Amino acid sequence: MTFVRPTFRHPQQPANALGYTRKDYEGLISTLCAGCGHDSISSAIIQACFEIPVEPHKVVKMSGIGCSSKTPAYYLDRSHGFNSVHGRMPSIATGANMANRDLIYLGVSGDGDTASIGMGQFIHVLRRDLNLTYVVMNNGCYGLTKGQDSATADRGSRSKKGVPNPFESIDLCEMAIQLGAGFVARSFSGDKQQLVPLLKAALLHQGVALIDVISPCVTFNNTSGSTKSYQYVRDHIEATGTFDFIPLRQEIVVEYDEGATQEVTMHDGSVIHLHKSISGVDVTSRRLALDLLEAERAQGRLLTGILFLDPDSEDTHSILKTSLTPLNHLTQDELCPGAAALDEINQRFR
Amino acid sequence: MSRIEKVNDFVVRFANVNGTGSASANNLFAMAIYRMGVPVTPKNIFPSNIQGLPTWFEVRVSGRGYLARRGGIDLTVAVNGQTLVQDYNEVLPGGYFLYDSTKRLPDDCRRSDLNVIAIPLTQLCNDAFTDARLRQLLKNIIYIGALARLLNIDHAVLTSAINSQFAKKPQLAESNLQALEIGYTYAGEHFDGACGLRVEPLPTRGEAILMDGNSALALGAIYAGATVAGWYPITPSTTVVEAFERYANRYRIEADTGRKRFAIIQAEDELAAIGIAIGASWNGARAFTATSGPGLSLMAEFLGLAYYAEIPVVLMDIQRAGPSTGMPTRTQQSDVLDAAYASHGDTRHVLLFPCDPGECFEMAVDAFDLADRLQTPVIIMSDLDLGMNDHLSPPLTWDDSRRYDRGKVLDAAALDALATKWGRYLDVDGDGICYRTYPGTHPSKGAYFTRGTSHNEYSGYTEDNTIYRRGMERLARKWQTARALMPPAEETIRAAGASIGAVYYGTTAQAAAEAIDLLAAEGLQINMLRLKAFPFGPEVAAFIDRHDRILVIEQNRDGQMRLLLINEGDFPPAKLSSVVNFDGLPITAAIIVEQIRALLSSPDAGGGIETPGERP
Repeated sequence: MTFVRPTFRHPQQPANALGYTRKDYEGLISTLCAGCGHDSISSAIIQACFEIPVEPHKVVKMSGIGCSSKTPAYYLDRSHGFNSVHGRMPSIATGANMANRDLIYLGVSGDGDTASIGMGQFIHVLRRDLNLTYVVMNNGCYGLTKGQDSATADRGSRSKKGVPNPFESIDLCEMAIQLGAGFVARSFSGDKQQLVPLLKAALLHQGVALIDVISPCVTFNNTSGSTKSYQYVRDHIEATGTFDFIPLRQEIVVEYDEGATQEVTMHDGSVIHLHKSISGVDVTSRRLALDLLEAERAQGRLLTGILFLDPDSEDTHSILKTSLTPLNHLTQDELCPGAAALDEINQRFR
Repeated sequence: MSRIEKVNDFVVRFANVNGTGSASANNLFAMAIYRMGVPVTPKNIFPSNIQGLPTWFEVRVSGRGYLARRGGIDLTVAVNGQTLVQDYNEVLPGGYFLYDSTKRLPDDCRRSDLNVIAIPLTQLCNDAFTDARLRQLLKNIIYIGALARLLNIDHAVLTSAINSQFAKKPQLAESNLQALEIGYTYAGEHFDGACGLRVEPLPTRGEAILMDGNSALALGAIYAGATVAGWYPITPSTTVVEAFERYANRYRIEADTGRKRFAIIQAEDELAAIGIAIGASWNGARAFTATSGPGLSLMAEFLGLAYYAEIPVVLMDIQRAGPSTGMPTRTQQSDVLDAAYASHGDTRHVLLFPCDPGECFEMAVDAFDLADRLQTPVIIMSDLDLGMNDHLSPPLTWDDSRRYDRGKVLDAAALDALATKWGRYLDVDGDGICYRTYPGTHPSKGAYFTRGTSHNEYSGYTEDNTIYRRGMERLARKWQTARALMPPAEETIRAAGASIGAVYYGTTAQAAAEAIDLLAAEGLQINMLRLKAFPFGPEVAAFIDRHDRILVIEQNRDGQMRLLLINEGDFPPAKLSSVVNFDGLPITAAIIVEQIRALLSSPDAGGGIETPGERP
């Protein structure tokens, strides 16, 4: 398949307050599978950065390894990007952030990259409260290696071979709340209406902001006779009436009213009930947030929206009391104590 | 009764229980001898434990300036009941055994060739001091006082050392001085003239310092302008970062705000530790991590990324005895091959081999310049012996006119001035090194996507075999550039026509030089080459080619440097023989001499990986 993206843009594309058009936030054309939820997230990232607005070159985009981690190539062409190694995005982001506190750090990762190989780095970047927006593109499976269950696949959810996942799933949002992350949200790649404002809030949050985005994998659930076949899913979506019919090459979009509950059958055949955060809930309470997540989970529903927000969270720089001048801007004269000081140091070892 | 009679040439060993404060007392002893101008080498031989296990502290005193561990004990101070008999048996014939006679010597201590000095340390201490915690510490000072008298150590040097150590706690200084006096007086009254070992002051101390290598590395990082350290605690590298923090708190605090011009992140593991250093370096700060063997194993993944994505990073490897957890508190030079080729795929890393604290400092500074210049990891290969023990060393030096070499970095103006399209991995100078940019530099130019996947000259993903191969060949070209930037090996030609050459590096240097002196006294001349870096410069091959036989002296079982030389230098393996010590204790001249004699008496002894014990 060849991908050719038209270079034509409307000559009167609106500019944001910084004078950039949406095009200035775009990246290369995606090479992910047509209809992949991740592409919707990339698009939401572009939209969020355009709308805030941020200067594209002041964003640093980082990732690990996997389908999700390829996406930084598909947005923000004017930003430096770092596609690191599997599960290690948080440490690269930590170092980069320590070097220059003035940039905006956007990390994307997948469920394998975060909940399995990168679990250690994930939980510690949360503890550290690094000023980082951490987006998990969560599809419950390993796409690039062709569909193995991941650690966020729900117990009983069926893999492409029809074998129910026998293991307990990891809820990244619950973990993040427990570990002290100051901004924890869950969303759905098909829900741009919710995702864009969430991303904007996360990018502007001081400290770590986790958004766990459920992002369906369209490719590995299409074997004939399987309940996870394209046909089965399409039928199910139609049956629930929550999706319009979506051809494989388009994105899946779901829209619903504020406060409403939505049952969505994912491409892997598992059923997710989506509904917005219940109005009146105190998202600043860690304990209530955990209670609510558990309560909704017990009912088989997946809660989305902002789950927890700590308005007083401190980021790593503020914890460490580092200079307000980015460390990578400091000059040799500010950093090197010089020969006279070294003479004194030598004297202490005599 | 035989008696060892020596002036400024002996070894004292302290046998203590760890966690009893003996280290500071024993260091006081070494410092006093150093301040008398007599070259001294303290070695702490300690357990991987915090409290209650045996620990030894060996001090070699050498008026001739030999600084390696010597082996053999002339005088033991035995205050650990657990090892008392072993300590008793290990003293050389004619040597001295000072023990705490509050408890009597076990019945099986019946050597007739030993001079026993019985001092009731516990009794003396308990009679003078009431505080239980202080008693434990001051008992150590009492034996230092006794030694001062027995060995003729300058009393004033000790008292001034104590006074400066406790400058902020005069009350403690007083008790310490009192304890010193108790030991001194007791030894004078009961053992006057009982010891044939003496320290006599020398006028030669000059500018030398007595310092541990880890502090010197930390200072090197401070002077090089490192601002970010990612680390995970691991013996024996922990004190590098602790020292870095100490000096940073002294020299890197903003006067007006009290804020820090550095960030130290204690990571969750070594994977993250080096990831942090790489992320920071990528973003234009100077950053480093410090670790030891087990950490190096974990860091291999990221070293491969930094090599291939061409990100500068400085790694300080304070080697310890492997494999696996090995002996965490014993020394070795056994990470050489692992470090040189760390990570999968075709990788090669720049290594630096410091041999003393002065060089630790210098090489740490150089490492940051080299990493920036070459855009690749630079690994400093220290070891536990160098890192954690105090070493007599030339002072640390800094030239205020020296400027950091940040390598090929384009700023906004440089990007605007470019006539042709910039490519992150485009080699425009032909040296294999390309131009990089820092994030946030320019609104529309210079952004690129860093990746460990195969990439073209413009950092775009590619699976094109030609482009991939071109990139790998350029990295090989960069390696050739690196070769010319390394500090050259240090050659010492002792006899122009000598047919044997010795090659060694790092902490093996002192013992090797001493061994070669000993062999020269027997009429065997050996030329010397001390390696300072990998990749090897042309001087290394020239030295090896000029000799018929090469002895590679090092501290690991398999002769890793020998293998690296053979692999990289295309030398006939049989020409290079291994001389090794790998028992976890620092190599000695005696070990080297013995092995060289055995090698040279066997006509066909070539290289190989057999252990020295199995040699004919």
